[in-house]
Parts: sequence; C-alpha cells; structure tokens
Amino acid sequence: MSLDILPIVATLRRHRLTATLLVLQIALTCAIVCNAVFVIGDRLAWMTTPSGIAEDQLMRITVSDIGPRKDIHARVEADLAAIRGIPGVEAVTVGNSLPFGGNAWNSGLKLDRSQRSSSVDVATFYGESLAETLGSRLLAGRMFHPDEYRWVDDLVAEKATSSHVGIVTNDLARRLFPDKSALGEEILVGGEPVRIVGVLERLPAASGKAREDVNDTVLMPWRMIPAYGGGYFVRARKGETARVLKDAVAALKGVNPRRVVVEARPYTEIRGRFFAADRAMAVLLSSVSVALLAVTALGIVGLASFWVGQRRRQIGVRRALGASRADILHYFQTENFLLASMGIVLGMVLAYGINALLMKQYELPRLPLAYLPVGATVLWLLGQVAVLAPALRAASVPPVEATRG
Amino acid sequence: MFGYYVELALRSLRLSRALTALMILAVALGIGASMTTLTVLHVLSGDPLPGKSSKVFMPRLDPRDKEGYDPTDELPVQVTWADGMNLLHAHRARRQALMTAGATPVQSDDAAIDPFIVPARYTTTDFFPMFDVPFRFGQGWSAADDASRARVAVIGADLNDRLFHGENSVGRIVHADGVDLRIVGVLAPWRAVPHFYDLNTGNYSVGEEVFVPLGTARDAKLKRNGGLECWGNKSSDEEGMETANCVWLQLWVELDDAAAVVSYRAFLDGYARDQVALGRFERPARTALPDVMRFLDEQRVVPSDVRLQVWLAFGFFLVCLVNTVGLMLAKFMRRAGEVGVRRALGASRRSVFAQLLTEAAIIGVAGGIVGLGVAFLGLAIVRMQPGAASQLAHLDLAMLLVTFLVSIAATLAAGLIPAWRTCRIAPALQIKSQ
Repeated sequence: MSLDILPIVATLRRHRLTATLLVLQIALTCAIVCNAVFVIGDRLAWMTTPSGIAEDQLMRITVSDIGPRKDIHARVEADLAAIRGIPGVEAVTVGNSLPFGGNAWNSGLKLDRSQRSSSVDVATFYGESLAETLGSRLLAGRMFHPDEYRWVDDLVAEKATSSHVGIVTNDLARRLFPDKSALGEEILVGGEPVRIVGVLERLPAASGKAREDVNDTVLMPWRMIPAYGGGYFVRARKGETARVLKDAVAALKGVNPRRVVVEARPYTEIRGRFFAADRAMAVLLSSVSVALLAVTALGIVGLASFWVGQRRRQIGVRRALGASRADILHYFQTENFLLASMGIVLGMVLAYGINALLMKQYELPRLPLAYLPVGATVLWLLGQVAVLAPALRAASVPPVEATRG
Repeated sequence: MFGYYVELALRSLRLSRALTALMILAVALGIGASMTTLTVLHVLSGDPLPGKSSKVFMPRLDPRDKEGYDPTDELPVQVTWADGMNLLHAHRARRQALMTAGATPVQSDDAAIDPFIVPARYTTTDFFPMFDVPFRFGQGWSAADDASRARVAVIGADLNDRLFHGENSVGRIVHADGVDLRIVGVLAPWRAVPHFYDLNTGNYSVGEEVFVPLGTARDAKLKRNGGLECWGNKSSDEEGMETANCVWLQLWVELDDAAAVVSYRAFLDGYARDQVALGRFERPARTALPDVMRFLDEQRVVPSDVRLQVWLAFGFFLVCLVNTVGLMLAKFMRRAGEVGVRRALGASRRSVFAQLLTEAAIIGVAGGIVGLGVAFLGLAIVRMQPGAASQLAHLDLAMLLVTFLVSIAATLAAGLIPAWRTCRIAPALQIKSQ
C-alpha cells in the first residue's frame, strides 16, 4: 500500500482539476452533513424533552359558550361533574395551560420586594388539582390543600384573597435556592408573595421559553374558568383515551348544546403539533444529507470510471509488468482513500466554520469533537463503496491492453 | 450552426446515458431544493401591503412603569386604551386605526349548522382603506358608527359563503356571541401575509372573518383574545381593560410623504413628553415609528428555520454543481480524440467551445425541467406540513422563470472550465495517439 502512494500522487497531479473538484465535493458534503446531523440530533433531543405527565392518557377540550355568561362557577362544576361521570375518566380539571401545549402564561418572579427587576420570567400553571390530574410527580413537600384554592376571576375582581402558597419545579427550586431547600421559602410571583409548599419533578412550560429553562415554572392554587382561556384537561384510564375524548365532548355538549367546541385533542397530538416544525426540519435535514451522500457517491463513481477509462493502457502496462489484479484494485482504492482524506480534512475545517456561523445566528452549541472520527469514517466508507465497481473494472483490464492504441 | 451543435450535443449525451442522467439529476436536485426553499422564503418575507407598505407606520411608545427599566429594552408593539384613543382622536395622520384581536362564536339562523368560532378583529373605520382591504359587497362602517358604537359588522368571504352561500348579505344579521350585528360589508377573499398588523396572534395567522367597530365590541363584551402585556401589581380584569396598566391594542397610521412622517414623529415625541410631564409615563419619553417592512424586519417575522433551509439548499446546490463540473470535465476530456479530429479538420477553437457549451446548456435545460418537477414536489410536501404559513407556498411565474435561468446559467458556468480545457487540446497530439 505505502509504496503505491507516491505514484498515485504523481498521477493525481496530472488530473489536478478533476481531483480538486472531487476533494472539494467531498469537503462540502462532509461540512454540510456534519452540521446537518448535529442539528438533527439537537432537534431530536428537544423533541424528546420529558414532560413528566401522563402523556398518553391526557386530552384537552376547550369550549366557548355563547351569550351572556352568568354563574360561571356553578357551570364549571356542572361540566366537571358531567365529565367525571364518564366511565374511564380518572381525573378532570379546568387548567390554563399544558406542557408544550402552546398557550403560555408568564409572570415575573422576584426573590424579595426590594428587588427592582424580576429574577426570572416563569411560566405559571393554574387549575384545581392540576398537578394531580396531569400526573406530575411530587419530589418534596405537598400538593395544595382543597381550602387553598381560589377562583381566578374572584382574585382578579379582588373578591377573594390569595392563600399565598405555590409549588415550583425542581429546576426552578435549584436555580432560585442553589444552597438550600426551597420548601418554606417565600418568593414573589407577579408581585404576589408566595410561600413554596411543594417541589415537582418537572412541569415544562407551554411555549416561548428557552430550552434550558423550559422547566422554570410555578403552579398556583387557582381554580381556572373556561371564559379566561381555560380548557378541560381529562386523564383517562390507559388505552381508553380516544373513547373518553369522544364521550367527554358529547357530555359537554349535553350540558349546553349551544356551546362551541373549539378544540378536542389527545395530548399526544397537542405535543406533536408543538414539535411539528422541529420534526419537519429533522426530516428535511436527513433527506438532504442522504441526497448529498448519494450525489457524492455517484460523483465518485463517475470520476473514477473516467480515470479508469483514461488509464486502460497504463493499467495494461502495469499488468504486463507483473502487477496482480489485487494491486490494481488497491491502487484505485488507495487513490480514493487519499482523495477522501484530503476532502475530510478540508471538510472538517469547513464544518467548524459553518458551525461557528450557526452558533452566532441560531444559538446552536459547538459541534462536539466526536463528529470528526464518525464523519471521517462515514466518508471513507462511502468513497470505498463508490470506487469499488470502477476499481474492479480496472482490475479486470487484461495485460494485453498494453499493446493496444 | 447552432442546430448542428445541438444535434452533436444530443448525440454525445446519448452516448453516455448514465453520466448524462447523473448530471441532469444532480442539477435538478440542486435547483429543486433551492427553488423550494427560496419560494417559501419569498412567500414568508413578502410585502403584505404591496405599493403601500412604506406609507403605513406603527407609532410606538413606552407607557410602562419604572420597575425593571432598562434603556435598551424594546418599546412595546401595542398601546394602552388611553394612548390609543388619544392618538386616534388627534387625527394627525391621513388615516389611523386602533384595533385588537378577538375570537367570537358565530351562530347561523340555520339550526342545522352548529355554532363555530371565527377569528375576529375589533377595529376602527380606517382599517379597510388603510390596508387596501377589498370588498365584494357593501363597504366598511363609518366614523359615526365607531362613535355611536353601532351594532354593525363586516364579514369575510369564507364566513359569507358559510352563512349565506356567498350571496350579498349586506343588511342581514350575523349573530356573534349572542349579539346581533347588521352586516354592512362583505370582503372579497383577503389575507395579509405576514399578518403584519397584529403579530401577537401569530406571524402568519389566518385572516379574520368578523370585523366589528372597536367600541361596539367592547360594549357587547365580545371575546378578546389578542396579546396582552401588563405591569404593576393590579391584575387585569376583562371588564376593566380600558383603565388597566396593560398594552393590548395595535395602532397604525398612514402618512403620505416624508414631511408627514417628520411632523407625525414630532407630534408623537411631544405626546410622549407630555405624558411623562403628566406623570402617566414613568420612563423617559421614547418613541419609534417603523413602517410595515421595517417593523416586520425588527420583529424577525421570518422563521429562522426557513433561512437555515435556504442556506442548506444553496450548499446542496453547490455540491451538485461541483459534482456536475467534475463529471462534465470527465466527459469532455474523454472526447479529446473526437475534438482533436474536429480541430484537425478545421474546426476553430471557438466553434468547439460553442459546441461543448451547447451541450452544457442542454443539460441545464433538462436539469431545469426536472428541477421544476422537484420544486413542485418539494412545495407539495411543504404544504402538507402543519402550520398556517406553509400552506401559502406556491410556485409563481417569476420563480418558474428564475428556475430555468439559474439552471442554465449554473450549468453553463459549470461547463466553462471543462469546455475551455477541452478546446485547448492540440489537434496533432490527439490524432497521433489515435
């Protein structure tokens, strides 16, 4: 092998233009595919962010009542009772938003009153027994007591006073109180003092937050009403989600036939919609990567065939001088390996350049070094597979070719 | 002569079908991918108000309290009720409209049709002429209707089809959230892309189907569902939005020329300073007056994914072109013998060059045609994606033409080096080696 390299380099210098083009193509492919695979991985990681809730058992139904709205609380209770009566319903509540549900409610959060600006912007969740209904796991402290809940519209109209308690997620608890337990600490949510009584494992925001702080959320003991944008969140027994959803819509229509059902969806679909653009991007990047590798492989086949065709006499001479078929095969394989290596080295530099641009423009993290050996291996293999057919054809050139032309 | 070149080119292309197909495919894939993503970008970054977007402006103020003040903070894109009304009633622009988003259940007189929710816009009379909204029947309401909070409405084309089978429904009644509104106008199909006048409801949200005077909507307690940003500790009650410490209305003004812009800007600055002096605004007086396109630019309306896709497609195209150059070079060089014979028989370098470029151009045309198919397919896939914006992606005539030109130009450029290399072959050398 090693003896072959010098003559190969000498030959390649005579095909400088085509060889350069091939190296360039491999380099560009390497750079684009490395970054594409990186972005795909990034999107997949985001898409699979755990929500910590009973995803496949949950659904959301939003309705809109027509005409004057009186006796809101009694009507909510009647709706909830109707849904509870459906066989297979494990829990139901009216809540303001769902993890990755698209409808975010945000509040500024401060650690104490003297602080002028908010420490963090947190997503807030309301709804009686919301955490219990969704199936969020409690890590420490307790859930809300029934007597701590207040109707959200009563609070807004100042007809009721807040019970000043809240539940935070573990991520937020650790961000706010890195050195001690958050339980019993007081924070200010939207200006209201709140004592932390519980810590949830996680409860990701509905939308609009950066990935690293998507779990910075607070649960408040407020009873939500549909007129304020609340939806009915229902948890069904395992495997009965589809039927319960249909029955729940019918039950809500039964309570008031004149109402409009704005949305009735299983949670899996809600989550799917939230990540639809990321999924589309991942699919697109995968297809482009495959297409790029295919185009590059075909390009290698085309150019290698051309070289083989051009060098038939030269190959014949070598065969006549005693080179075996395997020698000829190795010659073209080594040639491809050299070209691919040059392409890979250039491609890696390019890949980091593109990555630097992406980091600036799209706030992507740095391309991990692990991509280098993997990308190199893939391209070497691709080159070897692509060059095999032309190389075999070269190996089959008979020694007698030396006497032709 | 050209006909002869084409004939020669076709014959040569037929001789190496696999290579030709490969080149055409590479060009087509590159062109198709680039055109698909460019079309999407073109649609999403388009001018929603062609010919007029430079005359329509959004006055921006900062009515927030001192808490968390940071001079580098962006100004709100919405206004409070008080500021909106003050600026609206000042009539310092040719036209002005104050508006907010809603969603209202609509009920048909036909009991067989279930009530359904449509997006609504609560606005003032100038909305229609300012945004060049086309009417099919009737017209917008009057300033007097705004003032008297008349129970009138303009409905969209879709809603008119749904409720009145597309007939002229002017004068009839639409039941919105239990409130009877007299229809004064029916729109022709209309949708602003991007949904520039209110990005809070989504950058590319679908058009509204019910338009109601702002005052009427507030009187009738029609459901509001637009963006809301509040400050201070007082919670915002739906009923008390007029006095709440919240921005929730969009204000747009139409100004005819640069002089009008300068004078409106001066007026706006003066207004902000007055409010600071009055103690209503706690932060230093700051204003802005972007026009439509500048506003869209500042708000980064075009999704960053779309730009990323365009770059990706161009990268892909570049690889395909490099691939094509390499293959074409191989193909042309393989014909060195043939070129040598033609040169020896008296063909000039120029004519060999022209003939080889013709061959490249034919690949370009073929690549363009197949690429168009790829672009159509790509856009069909884009339209299948969820999301309001993606459904808008259609190839238009200009893009079609660009596809061909780019394809031919790219392959010609790709053919230049190989053709030049090949036509430099010395005739004698080649003949000898035959």
